Amino acid sequence: MIRSVAIAALALWGSMAQAEIEIQEVTSPGGIEAWLVEERSIPFVSLEIRIVGGASLDRSGKRGAINLMTGLLEEGSGDLDARAFQTMREGMAASFGYNVYDDTFVLSFQALTENRDEALALFRQSIIDPTFDEDAVERVRAQVIAGIQSSAQRPNDIASAAFFAAAFPDHPYGADMDGTLESVGALTREDLINAHADVLTRDRVYVGAVGDISAEELGTLIDDLLGDLPTGAPELPAEIDFGLEGGVTVIDFATPQAVALFGHSGIERDDEDFFAAYILNYILGGGGFESRLMQEVREKRGLTYGIGTYLVPKDHAELVLGSVASENGAIAEAIEVIRAEWDGIATQGITQEELDAAKTYITGEYPLRFDGNGPIAEILVGMQVQGLPTEYVSNRNDYINAVTLDEINRVASELYTADDLHFVVVGQPEGLDTTE
Amino acid sequence: MILRKLMGCLAVVGGMSVPALAEEVTTFDLDNGMQVVVIEDHRAPVVTHMVWYKVGSADEPVGVSGVAHFLEHLLFKATDDLESGEFSATVAANGGSDNAFTSYDYTAYFQRVAADRLPLMMQMESDRMNNIRLTPDDIVTERDVVIEERNSRTENNANALAREQIRAAQYLNHRYGVPIIGWMHEIEELELEDTLAFYDLYYSPNNAILVVAGDVYPDEVRALAQEYYGVIPAEDNLPERIRPEEPPQRAERRMVYADPRVAQLYMTRSYLAPERDSGAQETAAALVYLAEVLGGSSFTSVLGNKLTFDQDIALYTGAGYGAQSLDDTTFGLTVVPAEGVSLQEAEDAMDQAIAEFMEEGVDEGQLTRIRAQLNAGEIYALDDSAGTARRYGAALTQGLTIEDVQAWPDVLQAVTAEDIMAAAVLVFDRKNAVTAWVVRDADEVVQ
Repeated sequence: MIRSVAIAALALWGSMAQAEIEIQEVTSPGGIEAWLVEERSIPFVSLEIRIVGGASLDRSGKRGAINLMTGLLEEGSGDLDARAFQTMREGMAASFGYNVYDDTFVLSFQALTENRDEALALFRQSIIDPTFDEDAVERVRAQVIAGIQSSAQRPNDIASAAFFAAAFPDHPYGADMDGTLESVGALTREDLINAHADVLTRDRVYVGAVGDISAEELGTLIDDLLGDLPTGAPELPAEIDFGLEGGVTVIDFATPQAVALFGHSGIERDDEDFFAAYILNYILGGGGFESRLMQEVREKRGLTYGIGTYLVPKDHAELVLGSVASENGAIAEAIEVIRAEWDGIATQGITQEELDAAKTYITGEYPLRFDGNGPIAEILVGMQVQGLPTEYVSNRNDYINAVTLDEINRVASELYTADDLHFVVVGQPEGLDTTE
Repeated sequence: MILRKLMGCLAVVGGMSVPALAEEVTTFDLDNGMQVVVIEDHRAPVVTHMVWYKVGSADEPVGVSGVAHFLEHLLFKATDDLESGEFSATVAANGGSDNAFTSYDYTAYFQRVAADRLPLMMQMESDRMNNIRLTPDDIVTERDVVIEERNSRTENNANALAREQIRAAQYLNHRYGVPIIGWMHEIEELELEDTLAFYDLYYSPNNAILVVAGDVYPDEVRALAQEYYGVIPAEDNLPERIRPEEPPQRAERRMVYADPRVAQLYMTRSYLAPERDSGAQETAAALVYLAEVLGGSSFTSVLGNKLTFDQDIALYTGAGYGAQSLDDTTFGLTVVPAEGVSLQEAEDAMDQAIAEFMEEGVDEGQLTRIRAQLNAGEIYALDDSAGTARRYGAALTQGLTIEDVQAWPDVLQAVTAEDIMAAAVLVFDRKNAVTAWVVRDADEVVQ
C-alpha cells in the first residue's frame, strides 16, 4: 500500500542538526492517493483534502451556488438536522472545515485518536449525504446575503470586486464566488444538488494527513471518507488573459483612508522562472519591513501602515497584485512612489546584496513553515495540487539558491511593467482621477 | 463574515486531563528581577524568543494615549549598536521573522528563528531594552505610520469605531476605556519626550519577562539570559502597578452608533465582569462556560437555539468573555437581527432568552460537551509551542503566576452548573452594562 517513502530532509541552516519529515506516499485499497507524515507524539490527526475545481465550476447564471452549497454541508445530513449534527460533532471535540476558493474546494478534519472513527463517520455523512433542507437553506442564504451586503460597504472588498470584474470579464474569476443578491436569491435546492455533484468528485482529489495514524489506517480512512464520491467532474473553465490596461479607476466612497488594489499580468507557478519571480516579489513588496516598497512608502515617507505585493498564480490566469492604504490626501503620492519603484526594479534590476539577503531569508523561513500538524498537512496537499514530488521539500531551497543575478534581472524586466499597472482606488483621493 | 469577528475576545483555553502530555515549563528569576520562562518542544529545531514588558496602554499617563503602542513602533529604530531597521533586517537575514504587539496590559516583542540563532536574538533584544537612540525625524515619520494604522484599523471600520465608543462608555474611570492605539487627536501630538519618559521607566529587566519556547533546554537559556539580560541594572524607581479602579457603576449606559458604512445592523451589550485573579480563578472559569453556554456555538448555544432556530429573530448571536485581564474585564452579548426584525425586537428577544435561561439553568449535555472541547483544546494546544509562549507571557503580565496558568485547566474542568448560574447572577447586572445599537442612520431607529 505504501508506494514509496521519501525521507525529506529539511535542511535547517548549515550549522544545525537537520530536521527530517518523512513523507509517505500512500495509495488506499480503493486507489486514492495520499501523503502522510506520521507524528505520534500527540494523540490527534489532521487531514487536509483539496478537490480541484472549486467555485469556478458554478454553472452559468448560478454564481454563488457552490459557495452556498459549501456553507450548507455543516447544516444537516443523513437523518440529522443542523443542531443534531453539531451537537454530535461538539461532543467529540472534532473540528470539520468546509471551504471553497476560486480553483479548489477544501475539506479539513481534525480529531482525537480516541474517537477518530466516529468523528470520521460523521464528517463523511456531511460531505456525501447533505440534506439541504429548506430551513437550513434559507438560514444560510440569509447569512450569505448579509455577507454580500457587508462587502459592498468595505473599501477593500469594493476594490477587489471592481478590479477582478475588469481584469477577467466573462470568466468566473471576474465575479465574486459569493454571487450577487439576485443570483443567490434565485438559487433553488436543485441548484445546490447540482453544485454538490459538480464539485465533490474524486477525479481531482488530493489528500494530506499528519498525526497519530499509520499508512494502513489512513488508507482505510480515506476510502471510507472519499470512496463513494462519484467520478466524472465537469470541465474546468478556460484560460484567460489579464484584461486590464494600465491606468487608474477611482470609486467614490466616503471614508477617511483610501485603499488601492493594483496589478498586472503575472507568471505561472510551473514557469521555470517562478523561483526568480518569487525572490523578486520578496524584494519588491513581499517581505515585511525589508521590502523596497515598505522602505519607500512606509519607513521613509510615513504614507501607509502596510503595503504588500503578491504573485497570484491561479489555475487559469496569472497576476501580480499589490495593495496599499493611505489617507485620502496621501494616496496619490503613495501611488507615485509605487510606480517609480516598479519601474526601478524592471529597468535597473536588483543588487547582488539584495539577492543574497533575500535568499537567506527565504531559505531560512521555509523550514519554519513546518510548524504543527495542521500546517504540515496543508503543505503536503498544496504540493500535490501543484504536481510537485515529495523530494521538493528537500530540494526547494536549492532551487532558490540556484537563481543568479543575471537571471533574476532578466525576469524583473519581463515581469514588471510600470505602465501596465492598473490601480483601483476606493475612497475620496485628492489629486487622483480615473484615467480614460 | 465580519459579524463573527465582533466576539473575537472569547477565550478558549483548554483543560488538561492527560498529565503525561503537559507542556514542559521551567521558570526562574535573574538577579536583576527579570523572570524567565522556558517551554520545551524538541520536535523541530526552532525557537520563539519573546520579551514581555509589564506595561500597556492602560498604564499611560493622561493625555498621551497611544504612547505605549507608539514606543513599540519606535523600538525598531536605531540603538547604540544597530541602525534604524537593522533589527528586523538581521532577523530576516537569519531566516527568521519578528514583530511586536501592544495591549492594555502588556507590550511584547518576539522573533521566531532557528534554535541556534537564539544568542543573536537575545543580544539584540537586550540591546534595545536600554539603548534606543531616537531622532526627531523618527518621531515625525513613524507618527504618520501610526496615524495610517489607526486609519486602517479604526477610522475606516464602522464596527471598530462602535467598539471604541462602547468601551469608552463601559469604563467610567479605568484606562481600559481608552483605545490601545490612542485617540487620534492625542496620537497627533505625541512627542519624543513622551516616549522616552515611558521607555526609561518601564523598559527595565525587573519589569520584563523573557519567554523562550521550542528546541531549547533550561540550563542553556539560563546561561544566555544571564549573559545578555542579567547585566542590565534593575530600575529602582519602577512604580507599583496601581491603576485607577472602577467605582460602583450605578446606571446602565445606552447608545446608538450611526455610520453610513454600517451594512448590517446589530445590538450588543457589554457588562463589566471579574477577571482571572491569582489563586482565585473559579468565577472566571464559570464565566468562560457561561459565554460558551449562551453563545459559543451558533447551533447549540442558548441564544443560537432560541433566537435562530426556535424563532426567526437572529441571523447571528454570540457571547464573549475576556477571562485574562489585569483589572475588571467585560462579558458581551450580541444579536444580529434577521431581515425584517428591528433592533428593539432583537434586544427584547435576547432579554427574554436570558431570562428563560436563568429559570431553566444549564443543560447537562451541553455542559459535558463544552468540558470535552476544553479538554481536547488542551491536547490540540500542545501542537503549538509559540501559542503556549503567548499564553504564559500574557498571563504573567496580567497578574497571574505560572501556578495559576497550570492550575487553570483543572479549574475549568471542575466548573459545575451551579457555578455557572451563580456567575450569571453576578455578571448580569444592568447597572454595569452598556447597551449599543449599531445602525446606518440614527433616524431609522426612531421610526
